[in-house]
Amino acid sequence: MFRKLTLAAALTLAAPAAYAAGAEAHIEDFDFSFEGPFGSFDQMQLQRGLKVYTEVCAACHGLEQVAFRNLSDPGGPSFPEDQMRAYAEFYEVWDPALFDGEGDFRVATPADKFPASSLSNAPDLSLMAKARAGFHGPYGLGINQLVKGMGGPEYIASLLVSYEEEPECAANMEVPMDGFYNSAFPNGGYPDECKYEDGSHKYPGSWIAMSQPLDDGWVEFDDGHANDLHHMAEDVAAFLMWTAEPKLVARKQAGLTGVLFLTLLSVLLYLTNKKIWAPHKRKD
Amino acid sequence: MAGIPHDHYEPKSDFEKGMQKRLPVIGLLYDTIMIPTPKNLNWMWIWGIVLTFTLALQIITGVVLVMHYTPHVDMAFNSIEHIMRDVNGGHMIRYFHMNGASLFFFAVYLHIFRGLYYGSYKAPREVTWIIGMLIYLLMMGTAFMGYVLPWGQMSFHGTAVITGLFGAIPFIGDSIQTWLLGASSVGQPALNRFFSLHYLLPFLIAGLVIVHIWAFHTTGNNNPTGVEVRRTSKEDAAKDTLPFWPYFVIKDLFALAIILVLFMAVVGFMPNYLGHPDNYIPANPLATPAHIVPEWYFLPFYAILRAFTADVWVVMFANWISFGIIDAKFFGVLAMFGAIAVMALAPWLDTSSVRSGRYRPMFKWWFWLLVVDFIVLMWVGARPAEFPYDWIALIASTYWFAYFLVILPLLGVIEKPDTPPATIEEDFDSHYPAKASGDAAATPAE
Repeated sequence: MFRKLTLAAALTLAAPAAYAAGAEAHIEDFDFSFEGPFGSFDQMQLQRGLKVYTEVCAACHGLEQVAFRNLSDPGGPSFPEDQMRAYAEFYEVWDPALFDGEGDFRVATPADKFPASSLSNAPDLSLMAKARAGFHGPYGLGINQLVKGMGGPEYIASLLVSYEEEPECAANMEVPMDGFYNSAFPNGGYPDECKYEDGSHKYPGSWIAMSQPLDDGWVEFDDGHANDLHHMAEDVAAFLMWTAEPKLVARKQAGLTGVLFLTLLSVLLYLTNKKIWAPHKRKD
Repeated sequence: MAGIPHDHYEPKSDFEKGMQKRLPVIGLLYDTIMIPTPKNLNWMWIWGIVLTFTLALQIITGVVLVMHYTPHVDMAFNSIEHIMRDVNGGHMIRYFHMNGASLFFFAVYLHIFRGLYYGSYKAPREVTWIIGMLIYLLMMGTAFMGYVLPWGQMSFHGTAVITGLFGAIPFIGDSIQTWLLGASSVGQPALNRFFSLHYLLPFLIAGLVIVHIWAFHTTGNNNPTGVEVRRTSKEDAAKDTLPFWPYFVIKDLFALAIILVLFMAVVGFMPNYLGHPDNYIPANPLATPAHIVPEWYFLPFYAILRAFTADVWVVMFANWISFGIIDAKFFGVLAMFGAIAVMALAPWLDTSSVRSGRYRPMFKWWFWLLVVDFIVLMWVGARPAEFPYDWIALIASTYWFAYFLVILPLLGVIEKPDTPPATIEEDFDSHYPAKASGDAAATPAE
């Protein structure tokens, strides 16, 4: 039995070598304001993120879980109500009750939700920041996720800044790769020409169907905030974290209150317990 | 109720006397809460209260969630998001319920391993142990069906995999799978019946919990020495025990409060850490997730399920001896359920005359190896089924069975146990000796 265990232990230690050979998709660890127990959303960043979303992402992607009224909710972008209403009026939504039940388009109201994706292969972005894990391992222990967070928003931001020149091995293929090389995208196509003999990847990431959606200076911010690619990717990722978890700030506050009160309760119960047991433990 | 001699409930006021004649519910509660409890119980005896609390938490949050949830394939996912976004406090209630399942299993595993170490399963507590195992099985069923309800990618494809296990049963497997799903594949009928059962099973668990408590209140609690409370007289029994209220209620509540601090931190600061991101993608039958991984609390048994592949000689032998009826898939299913069955049979597999592992020098080593084994299985269950993980899973699964089927029966024969203390009082006094002469007489201050 112990020999088997030693064997198992040796195999476990040998495992890292097998993995290190392949290049994995690289996710940058962004320093977001909403990280940590006390972190909260940066209102201005969410407003910039909405602008990037509106001018760029919304062309193909939807946000069907989010209502326009949410843009005025506390803890989020918190637009004044008149601005939120004005924003909603940019959109037209399909209302099946109109036109004697045949349905018709009308101007959106705050109660309406953002439109769904207009392209069938463009996923809805409402929950994207929770539906992807940027950080894994090491070896499935979840340590990185514990330290850095799940990495959903990091994944989104990294994806946007990781469009790169195709590696040379893929450049001269007879049938070129579908899509675009992205060093942060893990699940796309990958040519055999760019693999080592053991099948592991020479380059991180893979080929993604979406062409590069965003680049330096493509969106202008009213307050003149930096609009290089890196900043905008961070802003829109923060915005999508808010769409995925709009109650994040309230949740952390509830968590903190709960932790404090339960700690106080623990102390009181500890003292009570100590007191009632003292005569029996001969400590009084 | 208990076989331990002690003072029973005496109705005092006219109201209590009247009630005692008509419906002795006050007496029942009094005797339950005042039960004589071994005074040397350590901190591993707190999990029962934690589990009772968690069951209540799950039922209460669950009832509220049901008020806002829609069990329909087109609406389930969005109704969860409705809870997370539009229901007052809905995000907290949902995260409590989601992480409450993890707390439930965390506590139940510590509770089970407590029982395994201190021999709580041994006579006369076999019935308590068996009922506990039934509760554990129902918990697994409930947790699995609850995970289906959000109708995300993991919900959907996890259901396909788990119900597929029943499809591995020879001859009747397909029929059973169809019967479970209400259709030939995962869809609306499956969601509806899982929703129904997810609401029903917790109440069965609650019923079994009452029977579980009844059973060990009849035999009396086990304790770290495994030595029984003296039943020779009320005075002797009183030297070994203290009433559950207030001594153990306050102690358990203190432990519960500490655990809830951690629970609250998880819910408040990292509620999705134990979950799987894929379940935030609506179910799509046409796109299978890259890795279908169950929740962490199923991983040890999931690892055992996957460990026995067609190239393992036991599987080949079973296949040959059964004329091909038992294939690798069915063998895996048998192994997974067998892993729980052997644990349930522990009272009859353990041949040692000494109850508590504290006085069993060899047993201790094998027991802690089993704990490590369980953690290794949990880890390897989430790894891809490839070298070296397949080997680790196979070795760890083998040890799980070897512990119950070989080591426990043999140890009772070959091991020479230490002598436990004669009484619980002796054990307690060795931890809390009298301060000075004459002090000992002052102990029981009641």
